[in-house]
Amino acid sequence: MPSPEQWTRPDPGAGPAATAAQPSPEQVIAGLRATTEGGAELTQLLTPEGERLADSRFDPYLADIDAEALRGLYRDMVLVRRADRESNAMQRQGQLGIWVPLLGQEAAQVGSGRALRPADMAFPSYREHGVAYTRGIDFRDLLGIFRCTDHSGWDPAEYGFHPYTIVIGNQVLNAAGYAMGQKFDGKVGNADDVDNEATIVYFGDGATSQGDVHEGFVWGAVYDAPVVYFCQNNQWAISEPTERQSRLPLYQRARGYGFPGIRVDGNDVLACLAVTRWALDECRHGNGPVLIEAFTYRMDAHTTTDDPTRYRLSDELEAWKLKDPIERVRVHLARAGCAEQDFFDGVDAEADEFAAQLRDFCFNMPDPPPERIFSEVYADTPAALDAQREEYLSYLAGFAGGEH
Amino acid sequence: MAAPVQSPVDTQSASTQTMTIGKALNNGLRAAMEADPKVLVMGEDVGKLGGVFRVTDGLQKDFGEHRVLDTPLAESGIVGTAIGLAVRGYRPVCEIQFEGFIFPAFDQISSQLAKLRYRTQGKLKAPVVIRVPFGGGIGAVEHHSESPESLFSHIPGLKVVSCSNPVDAYWMMQQAITSDDPVMLFEPKKLYHSSALKAPVDTTATPDPLHSSRVVRHGDSATIAAYGPSLPVALDAATAAQEEGRSLEVIDLRTLSPLDLGPVFESVRRTGRLVVVSEASSEVSLASEVAARVQQECFYSLEAPVQRVTGFDTPYPPAKLEEHFLPDLDRVLHAVDNALDW
Ligand SMILES: Cc1ncc(C[n+]2csc(CCOP(=O)(O)OP(=O)(O)O)c2C)c(N)n1
Ligand SMILES: [Mg+2]
Repeated sequence: MPSPEQWTRPDPGAGPAATAAQPSPEQVIAGLRATTEGGAELTQLLTPEGERLADSRFDPYLADIDAEALRGLYRDMVLVRRADRESNAMQRQGQLGIWVPLLGQEAAQVGSGRALRPADMAFPSYREHGVAYTRGIDFRDLLGIFRCTDHSGWDPAEYGFHPYTIVIGNQVLNAAGYAMGQKFDGKVGNADDVDNEATIVYFGDGATSQGDVHEGFVWGAVYDAPVVYFCQNNQWAISEPTERQSRLPLYQRARGYGFPGIRVDGNDVLACLAVTRWALDECRHGNGPVLIEAFTYRMDAHTTTDDPTRYRLSDELEAWKLKDPIERVRVHLARAGCAEQDFFDGVDAEADEFAAQLRDFCFNMPDPPPERIFSEVYADTPAALDAQREEYLSYLAGFAGGEH
Repeated sequence: MAAPVQSPVDTQSASTQTMTIGKALNNGLRAAMEADPKVLVMGEDVGKLGGVFRVTDGLQKDFGEHRVLDTPLAESGIVGTAIGLAVRGYRPVCEIQFEGFIFPAFDQISSQLAKLRYRTQGKLKAPVVIRVPFGGGIGAVEHHSESPESLFSHIPGLKVVSCSNPVDAYWMMQQAITSDDPVMLFEPKKLYHSSALKAPVDTTATPDPLHSSRVVRHGDSATIAAYGPSLPVALDAATAAQEEGRSLEVIDLRTLSPLDLGPVFESVRRTGRLVVVSEASSEVSLASEVAARVQQECFYSLEAPVQRVTGFDTPYPPAKLEEHFLPDLDRVLHAVDNALDW
């Protein structure tokens, strides 16, 4: 029986394509279920069993990752997961309007996020809490969006992290434009690499169908922009498996636009770090863009309002649990003698504290004042809007004065 | 042997069921799909999941994947291919998951869908229905609570309607599908599953024409015109005003393009006062259009300027502030007071 990977990557002339009119029973299954197979071209440096694989191409990008650095990546992922679970729980308790879980995608986000330098720019979608964390954003500042007290809670320029973008695909064009600006400003291809910059943009497997994403690829390519397109293929776009979006593995699309595409094990933090460092390096030296497909899995629901039991089977989740991004690092650290039980206990205690602080903060978040509705709509506020604001505020004041 | 006497309740139950707006839309779609094999449903997550609001629940199971299409994630693609399918003889019903995500399709809607008949002088038609859950009040994040219906009502060649109750939901869906013009159906998402609005839907009844407004409550102190999610607010205001001895006439506009303002004119000629309620921002909007037409047609009857109770002229705010942004009972009554005290 051919592997699921082959169903989505047919050899020309070798049987029907995945979306052929008369699919085989296996293809029918492939259409209904996401695949757990990354395929032969998957870049993996740390196996799900915690075994470190040598890789002549990407190992040079991990030269500085010693035991301490690896413990740091482990700690990052544990904290991010813990904050994610706590936020999910707070939504259940009515403290957040909605939560968008990242469970299962910690390695893709921490690995790629840690590859960035401070001067680089990141454009997230709405699930990139782990990337936000690596950019130095306080997890607490993410909560306003989901508690619906704010649309964006940080200064994008300060952190090199654009606001979350909910409209699927929009940010890919914005990122391409930002990267064009980096190029126009002479921040690409300098002999002294310290002066160079790059941009990374995050989007999902579903997003790859949007016109904006296609156009973002075209723009980046035509202007040789220093942009890394980082697609987290978590196998699902709400209820639709990746097969609904493409016949071809997503990383192979890059070829059509004229830049390299690579598929990395998105549950392998070392591979994500190394491959993203390589891609950013290419961009900074004028060889961008690059497409990275991080092959991973959305282990929780799409959001807290979603019910995945309606469209996917639990044995798929079970298969992916064996590829957990954190567990493999833990096993590796322990086996290689790079960490003792104290270390793991210490990280767990720190995660508990992190979660407790988050919780305390969330429960005490104030509602914004009504003036916020009218603030910063324009640089130069039209008089009519000022008048509307004044009229509404005095109407509200009338309630306090018992007028109404 | 005497024929069994059928109670009125029995005869009713055969064709009448009590349901929510969401269920009525689902039943309306189902009826249209049964009546015409060329009717297709297409959109994101409409198949196996039954749509994020479950309006298409069970349709893929019953009609198959060739009639209920889980499409790739691209709204321009959904509407653009629906136009091609319509030219080929199909009647596609597109679901846009939330109104805030319709804009990738704006080009296809405005450049192709609205103009195909005009450009070909009737040689081609595009009987596409675009379903758009719209409006706020659900405590959602950005882009999930907007009211862009005025933007589409502004486009010649498109028809735009909105339902506010299960009976209209059931019939409007079918009437939109059988229309030879492209129709956008704006569905009040916060009311989809409202049990308070559950109502009996008689599937053998004769529905009102699609493009007609309707007086839903009679009164003679002032007139309120509303549609979709604002209708319950208008009715609540009328009930509250009743306690103060004021009788408000409430009109459900139902059709936003073309507008059917005959009943509004007739009402305003009696009451002399009009309050228009809509969640959309008011500048250059449907509320403005109603006000302009009423002052033109009812100039000598008006006792006060037409009042607009709408969302503010700002982007939709974070949902913790939406209770301020959305027209509520107090703001509507305040506007009624303004009109009466003018
Ligand atoms: C333009 C647009 N259409 C529809 C939606 C509704 N929506 C939100 S997330 C989502 C699925 C996205 O899937 P994917 O790109 O794979 O990202 P993931 O959520 O899996 O991270 C959809 C359809 C949206 N936000 N924007
Ligand atoms: Mg996805």
